[in-house]
Amino acid sequence: MTTAVPEAGGGFPLVLGLDTFGDLTSDEQGRPLSHAQTIRDLVEQGVLADQVGLDFFGIGEHHTDDFPLSAADVVLGAIAARTERIHVGSAVTVLSSDDPVRVFQRYSTLNALSGGRAEVILGRGSSIDSFPLFGYDLADYEDLFEEKTNLFAELLKGSPVNWEGKTRASLHDQDVVPHLENGTLPTWIGVGGSPQSVIRAAHYGFSLMLAIIGGSPSRFAPFSQLFHKALDSFGRDPLPVGVHSPGHVAATDEQAREEFWPRYLEVITHVSKTRGFAIPTKQSFLAEVGPHGALFVGSPETVAQKIAANLKTLGANRFDLKYGMGGLSHAALMTNIELFGTQVAPRVRELMAS
Amino acid sequence: MTRIAVLGAGHVGPVIARVAIEAGYDVSISASGDPAEIELITQVLVPGAEARWAADAVADADLVVLSIPLHKFATFDPDLVAGKLVVDTMNYWPPVDGVQELFDDDRFGSSEIVQRRLARSTVVKTLNHLGYHELADDRRPVGSPERRALGVAGGRTAVDLVAGVIEDIGYDTVRLDGLRAGRLLEPGGPVFGVALSRAEFESTVSAEAA
Ligand SMILES: NC(=O)c1ccc[n+]([C@@H]2O[C@H](COP(=O)([O-])OP(=O)(O)OC[C@H]3O[C@@H](n4cnc5c(N)ncnc54)[C@H](OP(=O)(O)O)[C@@H]3O)[C@@H](O)[C@H]2O)c1
Repeated sequence: MTTAVPEAGGGFPLVLGLDTFGDLTSDEQGRPLSHAQTIRDLVEQGVLADQVGLDFFGIGEHHTDDFPLSAADVVLGAIAARTERIHVGSAVTVLSSDDPVRVFQRYSTLNALSGGRAEVILGRGSSIDSFPLFGYDLADYEDLFEEKTNLFAELLKGSPVNWEGKTRASLHDQDVVPHLENGTLPTWIGVGGSPQSVIRAAHYGFSLMLAIIGGSPSRFAPFSQLFHKALDSFGRDPLPVGVHSPGHVAATDEQAREEFWPRYLEVITHVSKTRGFAIPTKQSFLAEVGPHGALFVGSPETVAQKIAANLKTLGANRFDLKYGMGGLSHAALMTNIELFGTQVAPRVRELMAS
Repeated sequence: MTRIAVLGAGHVGPVIARVAIEAGYDVSISASGDPAEIELITQVLVPGAEARWAADAVADADLVVLSIPLHKFATFDPDLVAGKLVVDTMNYWPPVDGVQELFDDDRFGSSEIVQRRLARSTVVKTLNHLGYHELADDRRPVGSPERRALGVAGGRTAVDLVAGVIEDIGYDTVRLDGLRAGRLLEPGGPVFGVALSRAEFESTVSAEAA
């Protein structure tokens, strides 16, 4: 690329990407497709994201019938093999219930396959499905995340690895392979509202990914400040800040809302039983879609304006749209990706440069 | 001036501390250990509050806000808050938090169980049923047609005191007599996570209680 990279928060290059939880897709008649078909569709979506010039494609780990994406790195490997430019990563890896050594091995392998395009976003895990599945006690989640983040940071320094802890076997002069080809694996910590996680990210020198899924995004501005101050207090250089929020792009605002709202209502109503979310009303939905809410639903212009405004307010340089919502069709998702890459992203770049 | 000690510096604690400061209260915030660890969080997120050791903060407080994860409550020391008015903002929601033995008893609401353990404190239940991400944004001045109502459950005198604080923060209140009635405010209940005016809140809880 010959054009200058527009600068956003902290002078880091602007990054625009897509995240998915592998939400089960439906056919044109609204009938749910199989897990297998959803996963194959996902590869097509990742390939399209690359073709339309997006910077990042991320897959979040889930273990439920609605989100059958328990092995994100395998899917990312398939996408990596068919693309050349786009970065691929987890969004997020539920580190608390995984083995950091395995996470490192899988993403270092992905890094090798993709020629250095792998990234990891670590999360404590707000959906609990992985805890009972892998035999962890929810009451331990703070300790698990703290210890495993610590080990992951050690692994990133390269072998030999020495580490002691309570949550897995200790490592003594252990060679953990494959080695990272170019010495680094961009690592982020996903934060949903815990200031202590912001401090943790700064402590380990990981970048900060703000997961903003409800309410006013601007209330996260103090989290960016906290991150920068914490980096400074640990004697570290500035690091990038990103934003992850859900949304849906279609040709017009009306179309985007009409496609998204019934699916959103159904999905949130369903998960409200297990996650304690309130069931949305049309009124609360419209507030979230408006300029002060956390849903990025609308025409390319509406969504681009909202992204640019929020990146500026939050001092962030990266935005990942969590696209898709259970029951939307693969075709609607492909249109969303196409519009995001060809219209939203260039418009955000323009707005950020001005 | 009422002095408020917020225990918990996670998602919820700093937000409560901040709205209390903005309502003019004298506020401290504590985590489980050394206040130095939450000094930066306090400076940036709750300017004007003081990060303190929990024991010191509670000793000086008129009102203690308990915003720690429920699974930490089983090891929380009741002596720490003996004789104090304690606002319980915690929720028990097994699908999210896992099953916890102490609270796994559907004859009692979670705050009733908290009160039983904190036998020498006076427990009031409120602030548990709106999302922490809404707490600052949804404040409105008295008389605003958009002013939301929050339920406040517990013994009469204690509820009146706590309701005064909630109203100063920017919410109407609906006072519920006794912690038993506080079960109406729990996850899965009719007002949990729902934005309601005082009239709507009152009719929802009376319909449920009937
Ligand atoms: N999600 C919501 O919107 C919402 C709304 C209202 C109420 N709630 C309830 O609020 C409570 C807190 O949730 P959260 O998400 O804020 O938890 P969290 O992010 O995990 O934070 C917990 C905080 O509590 C501190 N803590 C733990 N044990 C303590 C002790 N014995 N004394 C003093 N501080 C202690 C921790 O400090 P250390 O790190 O030092 O241990 C940490 O700062 C939960 O019960 C939740 O159900 C949630």
